[in-house]
Amino acid sequence: MYRIVYKKQLNPTVVMMDIEAPLVAKKAQAGQFIILRVDEEGERIPLTVAGYDRNAGTVKIIFQIVGATTKKLSEKQKGEYIQDFAGPLGVPTHLDGLENVCIVGGGVGCAIALPVAQALKEKGARVTSIIGFRSSDLVILEDEFRACSDELVVMTDDGSYGRQGNVTLPLKEMLAERKFDKVITIGPLIMMKFIVEAVRPTGIPCDVSMNPIMIDGTGMCGGCRLTLNVDGKRVTKFACVDGPDFNGYQVDFDEAMMRGGAYRSFERHAYEATCNLFKKGEN
Amino acid sequence: MAKFNMNPTKNAMPTQDALVRARNFGEVALGYDEATAMDEALRCLNCKNMPCVSGCPVNIHIPEFISKIKEGDFEAAYQIIAKSSTLPAVCGRVCPQETQCEQLCVRGIKGEPVGIGRLERFVADWHNSHSDELPECAAPNGHKVAVVGSGPSGLTCAGDLAKLGYSVTVYEALHTAGGVLVYGIPEFRLPKAIVKKEVDTLEKMGVKLVTNVIIGKTLTVDELFDMGYEAVFIGSGAGLPNFMGIPGEGLKGVYSANEYLTRSNLMKAYLDNPETPIMKGGKVAVVGGGNVAMDAARTALRLGAEKVYIVYRRSMTELPARREEVEHAEEEGIEFRLLCNPIEILGYNNPDNPRDERNGSVQAIRCIRMELGEPDERGRRRPVEVAGSEFTLDVDAVIMAIGTSPNPLIKSTTEGLEVNRWGGIIVTEDGATTKAGVYAGGDAVTGAATVISAMGAGKVAAKAIDEYLKNK
Repeated sequence: MYRIVYKKQLNPTVVMMDIEAPLVAKKAQAGQFIILRVDEEGERIPLTVAGYDRNAGTVKIIFQIVGATTKKLSEKQKGEYIQDFAGPLGVPTHLDGLENVCIVGGGVGCAIALPVAQALKEKGARVTSIIGFRSSDLVILEDEFRACSDELVVMTDDGSYGRQGNVTLPLKEMLAERKFDKVITIGPLIMMKFIVEAVRPTGIPCDVSMNPIMIDGTGMCGGCRLTLNVDGKRVTKFACVDGPDFNGYQVDFDEAMMRGGAYRSFERHAYEATCNLFKKGEN
Repeated sequence: MAKFNMNPTKNAMPTQDALVRARNFGEVALGYDEATAMDEALRCLNCKNMPCVSGCPVNIHIPEFISKIKEGDFEAAYQIIAKSSTLPAVCGRVCPQETQCEQLCVRGIKGEPVGIGRLERFVADWHNSHSDELPECAAPNGHKVAVVGSGPSGLTCAGDLAKLGYSVTVYEALHTAGGVLVYGIPEFRLPKAIVKKEVDTLEKMGVKLVTNVIIGKTLTVDELFDMGYEAVFIGSGAGLPNFMGIPGEGLKGVYSANEYLTRSNLMKAYLDNPETPIMKGGKVAVVGGGNVAMDAARTALRLGAEKVYIVYRRSMTELPARREEVEHAEEEGIEFRLLCNPIEILGYNNPDNPRDERNGSVQAIRCIRMELGEPDERGRRRPVEVAGSEFTLDVDAVIMAIGTSPNPLIKSTTEGLEVNRWGGIIVTEDGATTKAGVYAGGDAVTGAATVISAMGAGKVAAKAIDEYLKNK
């Protein structure tokens, strides 16, 4: 069992938690993920590490309430326990040799982008961050990004905060007048797809962080597979052991988006059932 | 003592009716009762040269335990098995006895061999419901050994070392112990309560079990030595599933057998209100002919599929699954499409509505007929495509059960641990790897194989680790 030592609601649907897991905290690096189960009957879900404190032995997770499992997790309070917490899994984000990087985060993906930005800053790189949200009430981690970025642009789709528009807009402007060593983007698949297309003409390397459906997360089930186009050949890769970061130019985003929706109706049903359960508890 | 039973056939194994069991997850074979077990035991001639024992990968003293059944002393029979085997209730169910102990049974020359597997299962089940007596363990010797993975090889190695007095810790990456016994083999062939019972016995013998630790990630093999373990056994199992590399394998409804079985078994998708989803119903094609393919096909049927095909590129003669599993599958109504090979999986696409949720779902599998050509290097006749014989099967899901490739996690973080060109860990006859103090066995070494061969490897390694630490 793993204790929740800190909990904070970042916006109406995004929650931050610090989980006591000393072995994971000791090893975790930016870009890696963990697998958790909320309770004995729960499903295994992957969440990317949003931070860690090696001394305190805690790992930070930030998640959006999107389905039954994240709903149940969000109802857990500080001091309570979750059933399983295993990791760190996946290959850490490659940061060596990078001096000038643009980080593009979208929505809850910003939680995963933040430790990458922080790690780059610590290594002395120049960090440009572009973070985007649907509207002002969904903005998260702005102060944290400001602290580790040489330049920060906040975008909202509806213009209710920062600049109006999506994250590709300022990125394209920047790419027109300067170079980066690399663009790293983390967010919804459709956003990453458009970021990759915006960067492609410049030839600047562009890494994306994939978060597909997983079961075990340790290299056994193959549920997290995605297809890369490498030199005209289609190659199957597994996000859990080969990723979660991939060369964005190679990823078949259309297939990934289609696969991501495989259980959408089941998930909707399970989410509604869980919500009803909590409502009953309140009465 | 009673006379021998010279009946040429085995006492039949009571089973659930095929059409009933095809729709439930209850165990297929129901097991002998005491009278049947004693009657079957009387078929054993107690041969002096004991050919059966040499056919057993863990060398169970077969005639000895059967003699105890004849006497009605079932607990004594159990203790004899337990000296050699850590998981008797498991082996009695999933071992391919027909190619091991029973194949060498003298009674098999004129008739059927003694039902050794059925008797082993009876004895283990009798013990589990009547006795809490633990296998004999030596006094603690103060030496620590770490075991990586709690599947059949790891549990066997841990059990044997515990019996010798070692302090053993088993590290498991998943949340439940048992490895393939819990995520892979379905409930109807091996109830999870039985695996749990065997694991509980090990814990009572003093074996420590740590779940949620991925060796190679959470801790490395070198760190295990730093923590005071003097030897490490790696039984991390088979790895990532293979796919065919044909178009359409990324469609919704295409599973690896590992994923499909893990969803159903470990994550309990077969229950009414699971939190982990799985596709139920419709028509399902399982590609492959091994035991894993049979398990996947029979699971699909039990999850409510209206039609299940096994698509296999060779003929029934070459099909590698156990005969018993094939017969059970056929009785339950699974259709074998032999000498067929998939060439493409076709998906649904609604050109008028890109947001149609069915877009990208499996709709059919396109296959080509095969004929058998010249034998390959292993002596199996190589299947060759018959030109122009393509045909299409309408299906809603495709399950790929065509083997696995080794997991790279431990190899990539353990300096000095060498693997062969398929990624399997290189070991000597006694399970020693190229790294001092590190032993390995099971699928991590051999690639996908059987539970009992993994157990045999765990046993051999335990003996070698004992000798290594005694002489250190």
